[in-house]
Amino acid sequence: MIRLPKVAIASLRWSWFALLVLLTFGYLVAGLSGSRQRLTGVASDSKAVASKSVPIVNKNGPSILSSVQKVNTDWNQTLANQGLDHANPANWLTVCRRLSLALVGNGLSLEEIRALEQIQESKRERVHLENLLQDQRFHHYWAERWSRFLVGTDGGQFIAYRRRRFRIWLAEVFAANERYDRMVRELLTAEGLWTDKPQVNFVTATFDSNDGSADPIRLAARTSRVFLGLRIDCLQCHNDFLGNVNLGDEQEPREGMQQDFHELAAFFTSAKTNGLQGVRDGVVDYSYKYLNDEQETDVQAGVPFLPELLPEKGKPRARLAAWVTHPENIQAARAAVSHVWALMFGRSMGETVDNLPLDEFSHPMMDTIARDFVAHGFNMRRLIRVIAASEAFRVDSRSEFEITPEHELNFAVFPLVRLRPEQVAGSIIQAARIKTTDRDSSFVLQLQTMTGTNDFVTQYGDVGEDEFNSDSITITQRLLMMNGSLLRELVEANPILNTSSHVGMFARDSAHAVETVYLSAFNRYPTPAEKKHFVSRIDCSEDSGKAIEDLVWILLNSSELAWNH
Amino acid sequence: MSLQEQSNQSQFCDRRTHLSRRTLLGAGGGGILMSSIARRLAWADEQGVTDPARPKSVILLWLGGGPSQLETFDPHPGGVYGGDTSAIPTSVNGLQISDLLPQTAEQMHLTSLVRSVTSKEGDHERAVYNIKTGYRPDPTLKHPSVGAVLCHADQAGADIPRHISIVPNGSPGRGGYLGAAYDAFKIYDPAQPVPDIRRSVPESRFDQRVADLFDVVESEFQRGRLRHLESKRTLHQTATDAALRMMSSQQLDAFDVSSESKEVRDSFGDSAFGRGALAASRLVEVGARCVEVTLGGWDSHITNHSLQSSACGKLDPALSALLRRLEERDLLDSTLVICGGEFGRTPRINPAEGRDHWPHGFSALFAGCGIRRGGIHGATAAKPTLDPENPMADITDAVSVGDLHATILSALGVDYEEELETPIGRPMKRCEGKPIEAILDV
Repeated sequence: MIRLPKVAIASLRWSWFALLVLLTFGYLVAGLSGSRQRLTGVASDSKAVASKSVPIVNKNGPSILSSVQKVNTDWNQTLANQGLDHANPANWLTVCRRLSLALVGNGLSLEEIRALEQIQESKRERVHLENLLQDQRFHHYWAERWSRFLVGTDGGQFIAYRRRRFRIWLAEVFAANERYDRMVRELLTAEGLWTDKPQVNFVTATFDSNDGSADPIRLAARTSRVFLGLRIDCLQCHNDFLGNVNLGDEQEPREGMQQDFHELAAFFTSAKTNGLQGVRDGVVDYSYKYLNDEQETDVQAGVPFLPELLPEKGKPRARLAAWVTHPENIQAARAAVSHVWALMFGRSMGETVDNLPLDEFSHPMMDTIARDFVAHGFNMRRLIRVIAASEAFRVDSRSEFEITPEHELNFAVFPLVRLRPEQVAGSIIQAARIKTTDRDSSFVLQLQTMTGTNDFVTQYGDVGEDEFNSDSITITQRLLMMNGSLLRELVEANPILNTSSHVGMFARDSAHAVETVYLSAFNRYPTPAEKKHFVSRIDCSEDSGKAIEDLVWILLNSSELAWNH
Repeated sequence: MSLQEQSNQSQFCDRRTHLSRRTLLGAGGGGILMSSIARRLAWADEQGVTDPARPKSVILLWLGGGPSQLETFDPHPGGVYGGDTSAIPTSVNGLQISDLLPQTAEQMHLTSLVRSVTSKEGDHERAVYNIKTGYRPDPTLKHPSVGAVLCHADQAGADIPRHISIVPNGSPGRGGYLGAAYDAFKIYDPAQPVPDIRRSVPESRFDQRVADLFDVVESEFQRGRLRHLESKRTLHQTATDAALRMMSSQQLDAFDVSSESKEVRDSFGDSAFGRGALAASRLVEVGARCVEVTLGGWDSHITNHSLQSSACGKLDPALSALLRRLEERDLLDSTLVICGGEFGRTPRINPAEGRDHWPHGFSALFAGCGIRRGGIHGATAAKPTLDPENPMADITDAVSVGDLHATILSALGVDYEEELETPIGRPMKRCEGKPIEAILDV
């Protein structure tokens, strides 16, 4: 038997070890760097580019064309009635940025832009939308946003509540494009353990305020706002003496009563906690002492409007779910449309996202879209497609005429909306990368994205479940953006991880560098004046790499990055 | 002016500021040489001197996790529920507190003690919200914490933020419906520099970046968009100006406790909380309206006495030194010190030698700003019945969380009953409750 010298054995071992380290490193950083061809916009491998740009097999079902035309007619008619002019359609890059912000919470990557540029311009928006709808980032991002509507942001009682499981369940719902009405029914009628049946957490999220059992008051308030688009919380304590809550309609208004709220709450008293079996259905068991009454009243389960749609028989929560999802309960469909609209635009169609009074004027688009939503099987993706294709969504945010708040209120221009903290974090992280940051990215990149986002959002100020408040900017936010560690790491030279270095290494010339940074950060090309200015900055700098870092810092610190437009 | 507009504008500047800045801009307009950075610096210089007539301030020493009243300000030694804690006399005749707070005992003549606070929230998250805002959690509305309410009620300016949370531990004061502009500015152990305050590149390069940002990029963004985009909507330059002012402000020194003598620093204790309390006393001197300093470690479901002792070891030097310092520097009349947590702990000691959550009778300490010196209000029974159907039976002169807030606002001279309007037009009182007259000097 041949005996190898010790030195050779040691070398062999160390070689294996080095190879292992190299392979591990390669695995961890795989996918970090875009090819030079993509960066320069030359598609040498059109098949590879097309892998992300080919339209997904069309699963739209019936065409959305006629529905979109109706929505556009409503939009045009409303503007004409108001005597308002409207802006021209925005360019495809702007619309695609809006779609990305709405569906995955950040702007487009340079990789996505270059891929879209390979196909016919008229198809780019639709292709991008279809890609996003299939993207796991969309499923998870919307799951988080909907979790905030449905259960809020509080941790609740760990012993009976798993918000993360609930969110993952919602991600699966969006990935499968489950019918909205089915999702609502599952939430309202959920039974079992919160660990085994994640949808049960909709109920158990309220355990912390009711001694370890479902809190009917909170569930009634949540249900009315999320699924009915009505704020009737004040009826918990008193009748509506201020005229704020009407539960009739425009023709026959009816003042909201305390009974309306508590009869709705009564449905949830049937959700009993049954030891290891978790939440089980029981009977309605609710009494309440109304204002000015001497004694408590046994409260029967009832609905605040359209009582004829409530099934007479069945388990209490199942009856409620059937009523909420009844095709003739258009108000409930309006509530769903209102939330999806707000997620798409970053602001509600009317004054608030979760209060659509039964007796007040709402934009005609709302009813048109809601009826279309019901008529086409509560299909969430179709709803998104209809909104995304509407002129209201595609119109520019700037115009030749002077824009007033009236124009924004009526969607004559796309409204300027401040991004949420996680959208800002997502946008700056994506802007600092050439490739799309998603679940196919390397482990290192995903880890950095997750921790960076969490730390940034904590510092920036999480707005909790106040989803659509356009809060004012704070000193903390500006300090974080100008001097914070995340920005510094993303801007400073880092040959593996960021745009600054990639552009510095691979750009053909200064003009191309400026163009690339603008596309990465703003998802648009620089204007001639901007290009001239920053090309001059780079050319006149002793260190062009630092000048590019400065440009990245400037764009990441701008209003344009921090606002949806 | 709507609440949102008020919120947007007031945090950063007032009309005089805008006027003088425009004047500067006008002056600069004649000569293109005056860059936007120069204009901002000139404006910052003009704002450099703080009005000496500063409003009253609050320092909230927040004891996160639920301090045990029995191991702090309301001991009942010797009884079945007294545990291992003894009571010691204080500088107030007849008042005894826990032997875990010997230094604080010597300063009790400066304070009023409320021993009968009750709430309906026994869960940490909800109770913190309840105590900090004065309202129970409400899915329809996020209420502002007391610091935000005070900053909103008085808009006097300072270079540094006026609502500050030191070592916030996840529950800093929030602006709620008043807006994020009223959120507390968060800093951590004052031994470390204020976060994000230092430029990461040389000053000249930083200035060039800022100049390009506004002169090239922001001006392009405004083109063809909403009229008065900056002043009516984004406030991007306004907020940046405020951040730049803070970065170059001498008031920043107030965060830096290292400039204090070793003797002073030692008196507050060698802990982040102690340094935070010292920083708080410096910050109110330069115009901060509300500074909260958090001390965690009070959630003693097991080995209660050990955990409470450890936390008291940090609280005692910091609280006593803070009271002493404010008194010595003649600041106690204009600074309200509050010390307490989200709830107390059960009289009954559990099998793990711990105490659990107890919102039915716990303590809060007040001092300064018109609070009666040596006052005591309310009591819990030494031998409580612990009747679950009637927990109030063990409490004398119970006060609600709303009462605490009314007391705070009243001491600060803020109309506690005034109604504010939420962004959706809902009228909302600053707080629910009545001031505790027994601890207020008439």
